[in-house]
Amino acid sequence: MKRPGRDDAPDRLYTLTGGRSGSGPDSPFDLVTLVVAESGPTVGMQSEHAAVLRLTQAPTAVVEVAAELGLPVSITKILLSDLLAAGRVSARHPRNSALPDPDVLEQVLVGLRNL
Amino acid sequence: MDSATSDVRTPLGATADNGLKIVVVGGFGVGKTTMVRSVSEIRPLNTEETMTRAGEAVDDTSEIRGKTATTVAFDFGRITLDERNVLYLFGAPGQERFWFLWDRLFSGTLGAVVLVDTRRIDDSWYAIDRLERHGTPFIVACNDFGGARHAHSDVREALDLDPQVPLIDCDARTRESSKEVLITLVQHIQSRYAGQRAHAAASPREFV
Repeated sequence: MKRPGRDDAPDRLYTLTGGRSGSGPDSPFDLVTLVVAESGPTVGMQSEHAAVLRLTQAPTAVVEVAAELGLPVSITKILLSDLLAAGRVSARHPRNSALPDPDVLEQVLVGLRNL
Repeated sequence: MDSATSDVRTPLGATADNGLKIVVVGGFGVGKTTMVRSVSEIRPLNTEETMTRAGEAVDDTSEIRGKTATTVAFDFGRITLDERNVLYLFGAPGQERFWFLWDRLFSGTLGAVVLVDTRRIDDSWYAIDRLERHGTPFIVACNDFGGARHAHSDVREALDLDPQVPLIDCDARTRESSKEVLITLVQHIQSRYAGQRAHAAASPREFV
């Protein structure tokens, strides 16, 4: 099956996002923001939105959503922003700061050692 | 079967709430995807990011002017660390255009692994230079391609590597070795930030 987006004309991507081409640096979504659907797809919903809601029944990172939909990350972020604004998904943003939390680093180390 | 994908996805647990990033950077064919695959709990996925830049001056590549679209493809894997923390491991090309997208894609990354083929060491210069400029903690891992081992001192010299930056050998094909690379990186990040915190506590006004 052909992956959507990959070989499509750019105007399809344009249509997908209502003409917006980038989510900009102020997008709340990080590559690894975990997205969770708050509701199921509804009849008549834009198919990409419906696909996101199906994908994110369990927490799913933005980059995973992009890869599964076969869309560039920036386009995916626009779709997610729309769904977030409509209350259809929630977002768990990474707990990042300029300096990583030492407790988180320790948790990462423990997790890696347990692999 | 729904949607366009037919792969069986392994969902994260419902309590997962903190995504973390580590980036594996290296030249073509150096084994980035191999390393990601060897430790990932999912088959590595591929995606891309595009950025259009208008007329900005670009350092080091003066011929690149005017409006250009930069597209970078990268692959990634995932490691569930515990109920809350999920580590995403990105395999990223080290070529110049990739770095235009670094801030957009990889800001907040814990650190980076520079994967090196000692037969093609110059492929790594640019990546190391950029990571230093970005202030991203990194280690260097020499992937074992079965040739003659190079002395670490030679590799360090060829890369002009800061003595504080760990340099290790690895076999990206094996899970244990790749795991050890990640552990070495995280330990390096810990010691580096512990030093910065001490410095910040001692002179908070100097710390940026």
